Amino acid sequence: MSDRIFRVNMSDLSVKLEECPSQWAGLGGRGLTSSIVASEVDPCCHALGPSNKLVFAPGLLSGTVAANSGRLSCGAKSPLTGTIKESNAGGTAAQMLARLGCKALVIEGAPAGDRWYSLRVTPDGVIIDTEEELVGRGNYAVAESVRQRLGEKYGVISIGPAGEMKMAVANISVKDPDGRLRSHGRGGLGAVMGSKGVKFIAIEPTDNTISIADPERFSRASRAFAQALAKHPVTEGLASYGTDILVNIVNEAGALPARNFTLGQFEGHDSISGETMHERIKERGGKVRHGCHKGCVIQCSQVYNDKQGRYLTSGFEYESIWAMGADCCVDDLDIIAEADHLMDDIGIDTIETSVAIGVAMEAGILDFGDGREALRILREEVAKGTPFGRIIGGGAAVTGKAFGVTRVPVVKNQAIPAYDPRAVKGIGITYATSTMGADHTAGYTIATNILNCGGHVDPLSKEGQVELSRNLQIATAAVDSTGMCIFTAFAILDDETCLPALVDMINARFGTDLAAEDVTSLGARILKTEHDFNMRAGFTAADDRLPEFFALEELPPHNVKWDFTQDEIDSFWDF
Amino acid sequence: MRRITVKLFAHLRQGRFVSRDMDIAPETTVARIVEQLGINQDEVGVTMINSRHCSPDAVPGEGDTLAIFPLVGGG
Repeated sequence: MSDRIFRVNMSDLSVKLEECPSQWAGLGGRGLTSSIVASEVDPCCHALGPSNKLVFAPGLLSGTVAANSGRLSCGAKSPLTGTIKESNAGGTAAQMLARLGCKALVIEGAPAGDRWYSLRVTPDGVIIDTEEELVGRGNYAVAESVRQRLGEKYGVISIGPAGEMKMAVANISVKDPDGRLRSHGRGGLGAVMGSKGVKFIAIEPTDNTISIADPERFSRASRAFAQALAKHPVTEGLASYGTDILVNIVNEAGALPARNFTLGQFEGHDSISGETMHERIKERGGKVRHGCHKGCVIQCSQVYNDKQGRYLTSGFEYESIWAMGADCCVDDLDIIAEADHLMDDIGIDTIETSVAIGVAMEAGILDFGDGREALRILREEVAKGTPFGRIIGGGAAVTGKAFGVTRVPVVKNQAIPAYDPRAVKGIGITYATSTMGADHTAGYTIATNILNCGGHVDPLSKEGQVELSRNLQIATAAVDSTGMCIFTAFAILDDETCLPALVDMINARFGTDLAAEDVTSLGARILKTEHDFNMRAGFTAADDRLPEFFALEELPPHNVKWDFTQDEIDSFWDF
Repeated sequence: MRRITVKLFAHLRQGRFVSRDMDIAPETTVARIVEQLGINQDEVGVTMINSRHCSPDAVPGEGDTLAIFPLVGGG
């Protein structure tokens, strides 16, 4: 069965299945979503209007037995940043779409009136139904309702009330193998799905398998790849402590943004650390390790229970814990977990929303450290769409504007995540130049600046940072196209058998003859395609800048400022 | 002797400690301290003295804080 493009037009409620054009045949994941958006979406369109398109694409290896290959890319023009956007998530959807022969699901147009719809993806196409019952409901209720209606095995992609209200912080949820939620978190893609009138997408289970051009070669390469991942030391730490293992090391390095980016260390770091989370999960009968999709050998997710031992949240990430924790000075992991659950259910990005709350704290709307009030705001303001809830729901930049705050940590209107760019200069280059707005995953220099993966580049020196960020952004764009989890990058950086095994799997799957350099040039091509879209949307080099306060205010404990010149930043694009 | 504070993280804490003051002879390297703590060099990913990354040959001074991490990742 050849892979096809499933195209759904919400203006006339029609569905088309198209053969994949040859120029997109070698693309998957981010490479494909960005190529489709760049070629079919007018960069100057309104992100919530009928001309935008929402594109889901499994990676090149998704649906095969390749370890950690179940990431789903979602792309569109972002209503938060106005740039092109790709956000990827785990869950079961990528593998299921790939097995249905769906290379990409493109949702275009916009329905007339206020009606809501569901989509059901089957091997023969997509069935569009009107939806009333679940309108206004949270993502957990949607996943449960689809389970009752269609059965346990259906994949689910959904939006919560925030997506329905087209808030710029709205995310898109993807059901994981245990019925929990993963998220296409960043860039407000939930609002784009809401603008298309789609409440949820159900994906039919299938017994189909992916056709492999050279099964023996594939199986050899896939074994080598899985072994390289399993034996890398980072894998052990992630399985025991989750991504929250980073709280203590980033804090120690003086780069953990606290109190709305005024401090580089958080007094309460120990109470929100991965070590503390690990002990608490064990005490309460949760799960220390958990995979967001089948075939994950890293298992960085977890199941975090409340004091009574009842499920509270999973996929409880460092970024989410930092944002509601250190950035808002909340040092109670249970409150942060409750906020995480609420944000997943309402369908909002934990980074953007919590950083917006931190900005509101700076404005004096609530006190730093007042986690209970933050919970109330989520429940009673954001979830209900009150005027204040919609300000927070507009993201950190909107919140800063509404309250006249000058210390607003955003690039291209997207909140800066959990590493202060003054104390980790490489990541500052990534924030400034990423085609996505401030995004740590776009070129994770923390690996080399802080964690000594792939060598070491001094985080406080400007030396080598532009090149580091460039190399990582190019590599990441390629990895994001394979369906691989970005955490495979640690092994790829350190273990010389890992990248050849990955390239070998792609060759064996498609019968191609790519070399490692071809994968690198694919990454460079994707970045250029995205950058070109942004330029056509009206962005210039002047948008590749960090907010002024980073250059004006010293960050303790190292007392460092952001000190790159404009030319130095702009040299990023010299490739 | 020099008095320093040593902090351990993640699984390196198991059977050891979270934070402790230690008296070390002058010229004692980070590698030697790691060895004294019964930690295998291969298990060590990152060491920092006073929040700056340091090499195994670095020598902590009086009052310094040495942080020892296994190889960790995430993001």
